[in-house]
Amino acid sequence: MAEPLQPQAANPVSSRRRRAALLQALPFLLPNLIGFLAFTFLPVIACFALSLSDYRLAPIGSLADLREQVRFVGLGNFTRLLGFGREEGRLVASDPLFWRYLGNTLFLMLGIPLSIAGSLLLALLLNQRLRGITIFRTIYFLPTVSSAVAVCIVWKWIFHQQPNEIGLLNSVLMNMGIANPPDWLGTMEWAKPAFIIMVLWLSVGGYNCVLYLAGLQGIPRELYEAADLDGAGAWARLRHITWPLLSPTTFFVVTMSIIAGLQGSFLFTAAFLMTGGGPAGATTTLMLYIYNYAIAWHQLGYAAAIAAVLSFLVFTFTLINWRYGQRLVHYS
Amino acid sequence: MTTPAPTTRSRWRLRVVASYLLLAAIGLTMLVPFAWMVSTSLKAPAYAVEFPPRWIPAEPVTTEIDGRECRLAEVAGRPGLRVAVVRYSPQGAHVQAVSPPERAGERLVLPEEELRTVREVRFHWDNYAQAWRARGMRVREAFSGLLKDVDCFLVFYLNSIIVTVCITVGTVFTSSLAAFAFARLRFPGRDSIFLGYLATLMVPAIVIMLPVYALLSNLRMTNTYAALIFPPMFSAYGTFLLRQFFMTIPRELEDAAVIDGASPFAVYRHIIMPLSKPALATLTTFVFLHSWNDFLWPLMVVDHLALKTLPIGLAHFQDSYTTEYHLLMAASVVVMIPVLIVFAIGQRYFVRGIALSGMKG
Repeated sequence: MAEPLQPQAANPVSSRRRRAALLQALPFLLPNLIGFLAFTFLPVIACFALSLSDYRLAPIGSLADLREQVRFVGLGNFTRLLGFGREEGRLVASDPLFWRYLGNTLFLMLGIPLSIAGSLLLALLLNQRLRGITIFRTIYFLPTVSSAVAVCIVWKWIFHQQPNEIGLLNSVLMNMGIANPPDWLGTMEWAKPAFIIMVLWLSVGGYNCVLYLAGLQGIPRELYEAADLDGAGAWARLRHITWPLLSPTTFFVVTMSIIAGLQGSFLFTAAFLMTGGGPAGATTTLMLYIYNYAIAWHQLGYAAAIAAVLSFLVFTFTLINWRYGQRLVHYS
Repeated sequence: MTTPAPTTRSRWRLRVVASYLLLAAIGLTMLVPFAWMVSTSLKAPAYAVEFPPRWIPAEPVTTEIDGRECRLAEVAGRPGLRVAVVRYSPQGAHVQAVSPPERAGERLVLPEEELRTVREVRFHWDNYAQAWRARGMRVREAFSGLLKDVDCFLVFYLNSIIVTVCITVGTVFTSSLAAFAFARLRFPGRDSIFLGYLATLMVPAIVIMLPVYALLSNLRMTNTYAALIFPPMFSAYGTFLLRQFFMTIPRELEDAAVIDGASPFAVYRHIIMPLSKPALATLTTFVFLHSWNDFLWPLMVVDHLALKTLPIGLAHFQDSYTTEYHLLMAASVVVMIPVLIVFAIGQRYFVRGIALSGMKG
């Protein structure tokens, strides 16, 4: 009984009915819609508009000099951000830091496949009818709900390494016979692995694990019983029943993890609190770069341009995943 | 079906044991940072860093000898003998026996390696009071002068509660109304508006934050409760989640009421809402935990101490107490406790909500 939404202005009855329908819906819609437009939808458009300007936020601004703050620069921010120039015959990026921090962001995403594999294994373990299993599920989920700031402070303490002070992790490593454990947060080569370890701890039992568990519980038992009759071993069941039937979950988990990884809101907190983005920029991600431009250096136009590039990356990754990942998904 | 032979049964039992062992091992790994946090929070500053690390806070026992605090030690190979270490010299440790009574007062020089420091378990609960008071961080005036000269963590707590409760109530209320409109009412432009909601789901949060921050900054509205509360209240997520749930409620349930002339609001209030308790609980838990833990947005719009929420307050605390790990850990525990309580209560809905939103997304 779909009501036609085509313009039927010629028909006064229908037009009145449509107005009545709208009036009926508005009280429900407006409280949320107004806020949504003001604080979510229009800002998205405004951000892309800002990315075409060299908007510098005056520390204490007033509306009057807003016009002086904003100057349209076209794609200037983007050529500065993404452009390359020639210097002594070599290609040099006009904003080498952007590429470096993009590299950092992608490097830190290397933890994602490990984390997803870990989540799947955990979900398999948790998907057994054992007494007290929910206690384990709750424990594994604890890091996810904990305050990120508190988590980062504890991990900073665990990674701690000073001349006369050895943090928990390095104490354990030394007990295991490693004489010179790394200064995790203080050296360029170890800061990123340290962050990946922390993210693994945080995410293995988190959302992805719960999603996998839900996926596993949706697999009909008869399939396994049939496989048992055919004499299939544990590996064969995993390979030919569990994995294919979980592929929609895997697809979703991978997509969401990539989106979350590019934004890296936890890694922002971690870099902000544990390393300040260092040492020597080794843990600065794109998010922190945007934050620095916007908040510390007041250059909102350029920050908006980086944010636009970040959205483009998120969008592209999602699209690629959607287009090619979808083929690997097995829908029963 | 085959009858389980004794061998398969024992193999099954082995599998159960192996599973439990593995589950417990992973669980312990997950808990280690939390345990370390609590352990450090109860240590005396001098013993916060020790090698090898000590899980249960314990300190050397001391006794007074000639007006000086001396550590008590036991001597290897001489059971029952307790000595107080007076001083060290190249010859070894100069000690004075304390017990057994018949040897008390006897002075000896012993090789250092033979001494075992006597320790006593001692919890420094006062670390929590110290962290809470946070000297140097007192708030002179909070809540437009309602509170004067108060402990900063009290202010952070109250701010977090105010902000989180407002965001949660606001989100659940407004987005349940909007979700009802999208799921149950027909009006021109409905589908395109909903598409607009969907389109913003994939946009990185920072994209939305930058212009809102610029606007608030120009209106001189940073450092207000409004800046903390309203912008995070209207993400498309809540409306999307509830709309998806409302769509699964069979329409027949409300048909009778509609025929009897019930208004849309009556349907929303008396039929849809009561039937959606699990979804509402899920959204409530999600939004509560998310805004309680939110770091970036408060960090951007607030720098007055009196307006800070717990996460940015804790970050500020870390700035001032960089090396005092016993206090940092105590403050972290204080910040974490309410989250754990809410999670313990709302756990079921939370986990269900992930599955719900995940599969639909």
